[in-house]
Amino acid sequence: MTTPLLDVRGLSIALPPGADRPLAVDNLTFTLNPDEILCVVGESGSGKSMTAHAMMGLLPAPHVRVAGGSLLFKGKDVLAMPEAEQRSLRGGRIAMVFQEPMTALNPLMRVGRQIGESLREHTDLPAPARRARVVELLAQVGLPNPAELAEAYPFRLSGGQRQRVMIAMALACQPDILIADEPTTALDVTTQKQILDLIRSIQAERHMGMMFITHDFGVVAEIAHRVAVMRHGKLVEYGAASDVLNRPQHPYTRQLIASVPHYIEHRDDHAKTGAPLLVADKVRKVFNVGGGLFKKSKQVVAGDDLSLTIHPGETVGLVGESGSGKSTLGRSIVGLIKPDSGRILFEGTDLLALDRKGFRPYRRAVQMVFQDPYASLNPRHRVGDIVAQGPVAFGEDRNRALARARELLAMVGLDGSAADRFPHEFSGGQRQRIGIARALAMEPKLLVADEPVSALDVSVQGQVLDLLDDIRRRLNLAMLFITHDLRVAAQVCDTIAVMRRGKIVEMGTAREVFTHPRDTYTRSLLDAIPGKAWHIPVDLQQAPAGAH
Amino acid sequence: MMNSDFWRAFARNKGAVLGLVILIAIVVLAAFASVFFPGDPWEMATAPFQPPLSEDALLGSDMLGRDIASGIAHGARVSLLIGLTSTAAALAIGVTLGALAGFHGGKVDDAIMRFTELFQTIPNFVLAVVLVAIFTPSLTTIVLAIAIVSWPPLARLARAEFLSLRSREFVQAAITTGQSNSTIILRQILPNSLSPIIVSASLMVATAILLESSLSFLGLGDPNAMSWGYMIGAARTVIRQAWWMSVFPGLAIVLTVLALNLVGEGLNDALNPKLARSRG
Repeated sequence: MTTPLLDVRGLSIALPPGADRPLAVDNLTFTLNPDEILCVVGESGSGKSMTAHAMMGLLPAPHVRVAGGSLLFKGKDVLAMPEAEQRSLRGGRIAMVFQEPMTALNPLMRVGRQIGESLREHTDLPAPARRARVVELLAQVGLPNPAELAEAYPFRLSGGQRQRVMIAMALACQPDILIADEPTTALDVTTQKQILDLIRSIQAERHMGMMFITHDFGVVAEIAHRVAVMRHGKLVEYGAASDVLNRPQHPYTRQLIASVPHYIEHRDDHAKTGAPLLVADKVRKVFNVGGGLFKKSKQVVAGDDLSLTIHPGETVGLVGESGSGKSTLGRSIVGLIKPDSGRILFEGTDLLALDRKGFRPYRRAVQMVFQDPYASLNPRHRVGDIVAQGPVAFGEDRNRALARARELLAMVGLDGSAADRFPHEFSGGQRQRIGIARALAMEPKLLVADEPVSALDVSVQGQVLDLLDDIRRRLNLAMLFITHDLRVAAQVCDTIAVMRRGKIVEMGTAREVFTHPRDTYTRSLLDAIPGKAWHIPVDLQQAPAGAH
Repeated sequence: MMNSDFWRAFARNKGAVLGLVILIAIVVLAAFASVFFPGDPWEMATAPFQPPLSEDALLGSDMLGRDIASGIAHGARVSLLIGLTSTAAALAIGVTLGALAGFHGGKVDDAIMRFTELFQTIPNFVLAVVLVAIFTPSLTTIVLAIAIVSWPPLARLARAEFLSLRSREFVQAAITTGQSNSTIILRQILPNSLSPIIVSASLMVATAILLESSLSFLGLGDPNAMSWGYMIGAARTVIRQAWWMSVFPGLAIVLTVLALNLVGEGLNDALNPKLARSRG
């Protein structure tokens, strides 16, 4: 047995007094071997990033500090080293890739210089050799025209390209350990796949030890050799990837794996009945970006020739990557955006032809659930008021509306006292339930849900999806479900429409789209789903929706 | 908003507490001016040119024998009254225009902001002097003049807050649940944009007091109301012989403005959610 590259023994990290728990990381012990990818999995607040930050000396001193234990790098305790030695280790022997490629690069510095910085810091290469090395690194991470790109500023690069630059920067000094903190979470699924492929091949080539932090078991299945599952700062399960993924032992791991969204094979096709509830017909929206008194604005086509039909009781999934125009269509339907042309027919009436007053009655019928549960509730209003405000605006008696709000809050699984509290007293998942109750208070026929679970942790995601599914079944609601995550769409949608660059490229039943995709883009999206080769253990698969 | 958390955060800033204490002292002085110093401050109370600590004039008397201490106490009324009312008037104009511009955007925004810029291009004090000179000096015209020259920054601030809050999801949710524009502006956005507005309003009271003093110094104050600026203006010719005539009213202005600034800073700390979180 080789000595581990990194040996974490009994590591504890203390949070400042008054935090929700005394220790962010509690007596954590694990090892990282050379030539291995260790995935550290956990939900937000599990302490997984804190662990990485402790290694890199990034803990927000003086509030958060290491309270005990040791971090051995090749047998030497990093925490006991003098400051200068720690610094040369970081960036030199241990490198890190961050989650947010948009903010991790200095916007005022050319890409090449930023990579060159750590070479200048940690090696004695002369300037021309450094420049050559930078270009070589950029080529290694698969960027086109590396020599030209080294002279570019970060704003010219896409998210995926920036993440490649971050990886090149981390690789600059040939580190023994690469720590990646959710490096693909902010990226689109097809980009995520490319970055994961890149990370895997670089790791294999250089035999590095890699600590990969993620919340997504799909990603784990894609790259991990070993897995450590963390919860509330404690290690709950630790073992070889194949064991943890296929035979999870700890109840929490089982719960996490069970809540990974997945396509349900035996879901019944939706039987379309009656006249369509909503028909979007050749909707087109162009945004004018920039421009001013003396400057012509740039036109961005957000939606072009979008057509879509939703029947009563049907859930239509609108799937696409960022910038594909999926939210534009959703917002046009609820009347937050006015399209430039086309028709949106609701029960036969063209909503776009109506003026403000004429549109008002239809507001009740079409409601929206928003993406960010932290931004979608007014922080200064009580929850009961938030839910009751809509009906009150439509002339309902305030006390009746408040009583109804309590019923609805109970229906979405919150207890009665919730109505008297303020939004900040609730967790993300609970807030999203409040958002759903607010939409239901209007007694809508169509619910537009714009990425309703993308800001939530996996286990909470599952609960909210179940709630949405349950409610639309009970109330026979039609739903337009907008998401970037095909797995989520697969779990709740009857029909799926795939969008790309402002166009719907494919629309069909969930079964068709998943098993026989016609469009090449749909195929590439399906292909990019992380962990598609891995099947969730049968005993943890969810009951097919529709079997209620 | 005015709960115990707020006070705890406010009390953490020692300067702010000091400012609040000074401010309360000044308010008490103004409120009970006629109790402490009965009689008209314009009346001759003792011999002219009495230095401070004289028998019947604690802070001395001016060239007409009027009691300086009495003038300061009565002047506090005018200063505070003008500071508060003109700020209130400026808030009414600025927040209304800023809210409309930020909420509606587009052409309404363009029109209102061009109008605002019109006022911003004219130097504040010059405009105030012109306005008071045209409308003849009185408390009302001074308040109006100060309000008219000081609303533009408030309008810009309110507009910025409304612009950013307008695109927030809870406002969009209010739109989709059919709430009217006025409900959205007054109930959804305004309460969330108040913190920075309160902070700059508290600082604006200080600026208004300075403006009023400057106007009075130039002889454009209300001729019937004793004011600190007037006292300094009148005493400037004899400053070498009788320093106390201008120094004490000057100190009163400095203390008041300093106290208001300290309080404003404390409010900023207490109302700023980012600082509040890091205190954890």
